[in-house]
Amino acid sequence: MAEKEEVKLLGIWASPFNRRIEMALKLKGIPYDYVEEKLLDKSPLLLELNPIHKKVPVLVHNGKTILESLVILEYIDEAWPHNPILSQDPYERSKARFFAKLIDEQIFDAGFVSMARADEKEALVEKTRELIMHLEKELVGKDFFGGKSVGFLDFVAGSMIPFCLERGWEGMGLEVITEEKFPEFKRWVKNMEKIEIVKECIPPREKHIEHMNFMVQRVRSA
Amino acid sequence: MGDKEEVKLLGVWYSPYAIRPKIALRLKSVDYDYVEEDLFGSKSELLLKSNPVHKKVPVLLHNVKPIIESLNIVEYIDETWNSSGPSILPSDPHDRAIARFWSAFVDNKWFPALRAAAITKSEDAKAKGIEEVEGGLLRLDEAFVAISKGRSFFCGDVIGFMDICLGSFLVLLKAREKLKGEKLLDESKIPSLCKWADEFLSDDIVKNVVPEIDRVAKFLGELEAIAQSASRS
Repeated sequence: MAEKEEVKLLGIWASPFNRRIEMALKLKGIPYDYVEEKLLDKSPLLLELNPIHKKVPVLVHNGKTILESLVILEYIDEAWPHNPILSQDPYERSKARFFAKLIDEQIFDAGFVSMARADEKEALVEKTRELIMHLEKELVGKDFFGGKSVGFLDFVAGSMIPFCLERGWEGMGLEVITEEKFPEFKRWVKNMEKIEIVKECIPPREKHIEHMNFMVQRVRSA
Repeated sequence: MGDKEEVKLLGVWYSPYAIRPKIALRLKSVDYDYVEEDLFGSKSELLLKSNPVHKKVPVLLHNVKPIIESLNIVEYIDETWNSSGPSILPSDPHDRAIARFWSAFVDNKWFPALRAAAITKSEDAKAKGIEEVEGGLLRLDEAFVAISKGRSFFCGDVIGFMDICLGSFLVLLKAREKLKGEKLLDESKIPSLCKWADEFLSDDIVKNVVPEIDRVAKFLGELEAIAQSASRS
């Protein structure tokens, strides 16, 4: 490719939806300009590029805008086919897409949105555990969701659960994922923490716990 | 491929989501067995086994392997039978991203707003909900004009991903119009989308797959009556 590729990513340091994009870009060795947005003071550029949802992440590739983290991940895999993050097999792809939605919708809701709002959290902790158990089963006999190496679902699950929701649970004084009930999941997190490109995309822990506490209050007062 | 392919679709006749894989399979000329589930009675063993997480339809079973969630199923069909029939998703990555973005908008924002407006007992919430639905249709009308560039369907002269995604709700919208007099497909407000809707519903494949408007309207009326008597008891 003789042309200079122009890749820009708008994001927020604490957003799991953002961090997973950075993992994918780094895996593929794609250089990009990063623009840090402020949660409570969105830039004119962001509002122009994503007028409907007004959210990050936003990827701009040679002037073309791509929105929604899961859509962006698939776009990245198609526009830069080397180091693929999704399997070539249609059935494996459909499973990865299914679990990604489970994580971003049901697990995110039970494990954060509803949990933040509830005064009695026990039932939601149980529900979150039930949902994560489906991921636990997927990891049996595998180093990563992607098999021998990291991929799409590792980025989605990693950015959301151990490197985001866990910080929220810590702040709420809850232990949701135990070694006893989720040995495969714990093993997978250790594997993830050894991967250089993943490590680079984990938000700073203490700052993130503080941020999640702030987000919990924000959800409760909404 | 010497083996006989076994393709089975579990669905319910009234579900917009179940319409989607039917259209996709027919676009690809794939033979399939259809199994009507009884969601008000008891779900079949096969459904519970194939979709233990959500226990919902549609479910596609291809040589016994289950594929779940309607848009996942459509993408699976497109990828698996890729040398047969038209391409359901466009080939350019950016066009694919646009199709996926709008389908996420339809499924995650637009339809939930319609569903909430339909269920709520508060007149205020209902009015606000319908406003949101109408606003969504305006956006979709604009998107259609921008993306279709004068062609009959979202990405060309043949039905594709976005058409299947939004088109699967058209019979429901027309049924609600019959039942409630609610004119969401208003030619004066969303002319391009209304023209597209007519093209979509007249398509040979779609015609044979969508339920009849009258049957859906009757069914919605029955559901409403059940809901109302449940709230009184």
